[in-house]
Amino acid sequence: MSKTQKTNLMRLLGLGVVVLLALVPVIGTRAAVQDLFMVMTMLVLALNWNMLAGFAGLVSVGQQAFVGVGAYAMFAAVILWGMDPLMGILIGGLAAFALSIPMAFFTFRLNGAYFAIGTWVVSEIVRLSLAQWKALGGGTGTSLPKGTTKTMFGVPQIKDMLDVSSAAAADALTYWLALVLVLATLGISYAFLRSRMGLGLQAIRDNTEAAKSVGVDPTRLKALVFLLTAFGTGLCGALLFIQITRVTPEAAFSVVDWTAFVIFITVIGGIGTLPGPIVGVIVFYALQRLLADYGTSYLVVLGLIGIAIMLFARRGLWGLFSDRTGFELLPLRKMPPARAQ
Amino acid sequence: MSILSLNSVSKSFGALKVTDNVSFDVAPGQALGIIGPNGAGKSTLFNLITGNIPADGGQIVLNGRDVTRDTPMQRVKAGVGRSFQIPQPFTHLSVYENLMVAAQFGGGHHGAKAGQFCMDILDRTGLADEAESASGGLSLLQRKRLELARAMATSPRLILLDEIAGGLTDAECGALIDTIKGIHAEGTAIIWIEHVLHALTSVVERLMVLNFGQMLMIGEPAEVMEARAVKEIYLGIEV
Repeated sequence: MSKTQKTNLMRLLGLGVVVLLALVPVIGTRAAVQDLFMVMTMLVLALNWNMLAGFAGLVSVGQQAFVGVGAYAMFAAVILWGMDPLMGILIGGLAAFALSIPMAFFTFRLNGAYFAIGTWVVSEIVRLSLAQWKALGGGTGTSLPKGTTKTMFGVPQIKDMLDVSSAAAADALTYWLALVLVLATLGISYAFLRSRMGLGLQAIRDNTEAAKSVGVDPTRLKALVFLLTAFGTGLCGALLFIQITRVTPEAAFSVVDWTAFVIFITVIGGIGTLPGPIVGVIVFYALQRLLADYGTSYLVVLGLIGIAIMLFARRGLWGLFSDRTGFELLPLRKMPPARAQ
Repeated sequence: MSILSLNSVSKSFGALKVTDNVSFDVAPGQALGIIGPNGAGKSTLFNLITGNIPADGGQIVLNGRDVTRDTPMQRVKAGVGRSFQIPQPFTHLSVYENLMVAAQFGGGHHGAKAGQFCMDILDRTGLADEAESASGGLSLLQRKRLELARAMATSPRLILLDEIAGGLTDAECGALIDTIKGIHAEGTAIIWIEHVLHALTSVVERLMVLNFGQMLMIGEPAEVMEARAVKEIYLGIEV
């Protein structure tokens, strides 16, 4: 089988999976919808982090800041300003985008591990600040008003269409939004990385000084990616907390849930590859289910697996599979034009 | 008008003065060689010209415009291309993609024309067969060629070559010299730091000697190589 045929086969398989995923709320159980919602939101977070660390060389440990701000902005939009939660998601994305501007201003002065620590520190400052917001429950947090999700835009129509309860219809709506977010993040990431700017970004990741010497502006490109991924992460944070319906500073700004797990997913799947986080999130979900009875000790197992992958398969499980079989999904390589005979 | 003028350019790292009041001009299309012992400040001089490190004092003029405070990216767009002493490929990108970055960002080429432009350069530098190879897996000679090719892809009017012939065999060096002569023949100005003197003197029309950050001498290669001070300092010959 030629390389092109293998890529086409992978694309066909991918399309089949997307269609199947879109049908889950129609043919699957509510538990499956809720589980897959969590899987897809984690995937969105991982895709965004992968763009930052895997392609821009920005290893951020403060992505929970954008999840938290997105969640809090959505709660504020619903509770304080009486908006529909769907509009709250957009507000959440915009709030995270707005936060990323001063955050980039301060953290871009740092490099490597210092940048990582810097992003974490900023995230903690934002968490402590939002814990002072009494209108949204302060340190103890708050919940969405009863029935909010059941009456949000689109739920009554889905309820009638699928003939299910309002709660199940709300789950279906958030599920489809998560699927749209996954596809949009993947599509935009792919288009960006295939563009001139994407090539420049990968050059910066490989060697910043050499990239400057051929005219690439590292600060501008990195800032663009930082801002765009903050927007995507904020949207995802708001969507996540519509499903959770309750927000506290600890939950919304959890470094373990929204950054450590996301790093694990990206690293084991294949950092710097687009399909990597997809493989990583499947493995992560399987391990979570498998080790659910072992309490927090399962975190140790996750850590050990992550270390093993970093040592023995630096391009992650997808990289290993792709290198051995030649199968590619969303290939980024630019091929040279055919030479004149 | 000179393509490049340095007027009393200086740079210190702490107490160590690595570039001390250096001034010289390069005419359009001219090839200037730079020699000097290790630690003389040759590569620092390149970094000052490209803007990779800022000058402490003095003025750098490119095509009549003061670029002393410009970023490296602005200087590339103003027509300065460079190679690094230790090759710095974008290791996760292919050879072709390495050139595409340079052609699109530095050279301002776009679309299919950029692709064909890069392939032409790969042909000229003997890398066409490696276009799809990962640049991280290239041999030393191929890496050196890639350095040259990537600098060419920025469409420079002045190209800075930093020990591009270092570590190569005579045969490998010969092929590289032919390519450099070709670039020079097209009217591109060249500043070339090199320890392989026969390679250098076969291309350059002027030679400059640096020692402890100071310009010791500049002139025709034969005249410079015969100078007593150069023999003593650079070749270690007591005269």
